[in-house]
Amino acid sequence: MDAFIAQYIDAYYLRIMIFIGINIIMALGLNLITGVTGQLSMGHAGFMSLGAYTAAIISLHYDAPFFLAILAGAAMAASFGFIIGIPTLRLDGDDLAMVTIGFAEIIRVFFLNFEPGGKAVGLSGIPQYTDFATVWLIVIVVIILNAKLLYSRVGRSLFAIRENEIAAQSCGINTTRMKILAFTVGSFLGGLGGGLYAHYMYYINPQDFGFMKSIEILNMVVLGGMGSIPGTVLGAVILTLAPEMLRIVAEYRLLFYGGMLVILMIFRPNGLLGDVRIYDLKKRWGKKR
Amino acid sequence: MIILEMDKISQEFGGLRALDNVSLKINEQEIFGIIGPNGAGKTTLFNIITGIYVPIEGDLLFKGQRINGTAPYDIARMGIARTFQNIRLFDKLSVLDNVRIGCHGVTHSGFWASVLGLPISRKEEVFILDRAEKLLQLIGLYEKRYEYANNLAYGEQRRLEIARALALEPSLVLLDEPGAGMNPQEKEELMKLIRQIRDDLHLTIVLVEHDMNLVMNICERIAVLNYGRKIADGTPAKVKNDPQVIQSYLGAGA
Repeated sequence: MDAFIAQYIDAYYLRIMIFIGINIIMALGLNLITGVTGQLSMGHAGFMSLGAYTAAIISLHYDAPFFLAILAGAAMAASFGFIIGIPTLRLDGDDLAMVTIGFAEIIRVFFLNFEPGGKAVGLSGIPQYTDFATVWLIVIVVIILNAKLLYSRVGRSLFAIRENEIAAQSCGINTTRMKILAFTVGSFLGGLGGGLYAHYMYYINPQDFGFMKSIEILNMVVLGGMGSIPGTVLGAVILTLAPEMLRIVAEYRLLFYGGMLVILMIFRPNGLLGDVRIYDLKKRWGKKR
Repeated sequence: MIILEMDKISQEFGGLRALDNVSLKINEQEIFGIIGPNGAGKTTLFNIITGIYVPIEGDLLFKGQRINGTAPYDIARMGIARTFQNIRLFDKLSVLDNVRIGCHGVTHSGFWASVLGLPISRKEEVFILDRAEKLLQLIGLYEKRYEYANNLAYGEQRRLEIARALALEPSLVLLDEPGAGMNPQEKEELMKLIRQIRDDLHLTIVLVEHDMNLVMNICERIAVLNYGRKIADGTPAKVKNDPQVIQSYLGAGA
């Protein structure tokens, strides 16, 4: 499949598209936690690294099939999302943000000292199983399942928690349980993206998953539009493309990147497609006619 | 039949006695009013009944079952629904979604059923949509079902909260100042609505309200709170003429 695509698309663009796909998967995970459920998580890179290392180690040492390796990585991230969820989700807002930053740092420092993970040197020689077709197939599946979730009873209760937690409880929603659910599923997707990333890069090291990576993923959700699937996808596309497009301004790249974020937030404080849901639009337009 | 019984409930906030030995019995299918000056403990009482606070003393019995200490969402599922004094809608969601979320407590499909679109989830979605639309028709907001909740006028928001509470299929509904911010005509309609839902849905309604006209008109029994104590209860006529109530709340001219 990829050999076929490679005939038509330049390898450089193919690479960028793979990164876009991986970022969409991870950003959709964070969107579930922060955009939909309203729980500010600033440690998504921690889940990404758990997925990346777990999947890479399984591939390297156990020669497991690719899909098993990345699923194991995602499951590892999800179980940490679950475990960390239980005590921390009693917090919210700024407190939760601090705890998630701390968690991601702990994970990073852990891998910095983790013998099977190559310590600070990182892991290299990871087989490059991730290709364009696989990534985008997963992207499509994740978008469809995500959309199904958001327009269901469970999805609506997640939005309700974001909007007003006390009112959500008065509707019979077990808010703690729902928040843990959002955290678990969201970190699963973070880990899935991490596994795909590791199997594309050949090489990973703890510095790939620092605080800036968490912020980058958070930016995609905020810029694209909190709680919106099309918004998050758009955010991931723009923020993956931006550094590449801005190569023309050379050393001013980060200046432009930062400036772009500031301007967007001034003119679209809710993100480009804040709370836009394709399903709602369709319904609204359909009924009005 | 008594649906809700409060037996010597007390609550303190940092040394301040918000409720002091309050006992109340509320009959099934009754419209019951709670009145009293600001800070008398009316909303605290609601927060205790709905499980937001656990009373430091006393027992709370719903249909004969002790419910103090039960989590708010479990109390909701048992059939106690409420509205809030300072409106708490899901602002950035549609009117329809607000009511659909209200159906949460009476439906069951979980994560996997939702994600995979299993038949149980699809069947429930049909039920939820149908129920929400019927309630919006009842409350007169059907035409506005795709609006954001925070785009509604104040009185409409109060009515939407009632619709959301009714979605829970409750047997007891607590209305916290349902008439606040409404003009006389809206209040007239509200009274009609409250009577109608009680008669049609066979509900018990407890309301906190400052508008004496509204309270005296629709409530069958009234309790008066003052500084956390119950100073009187009974029929509107009896309460209106209680010397203690006149002195502490209604004022000499009333």
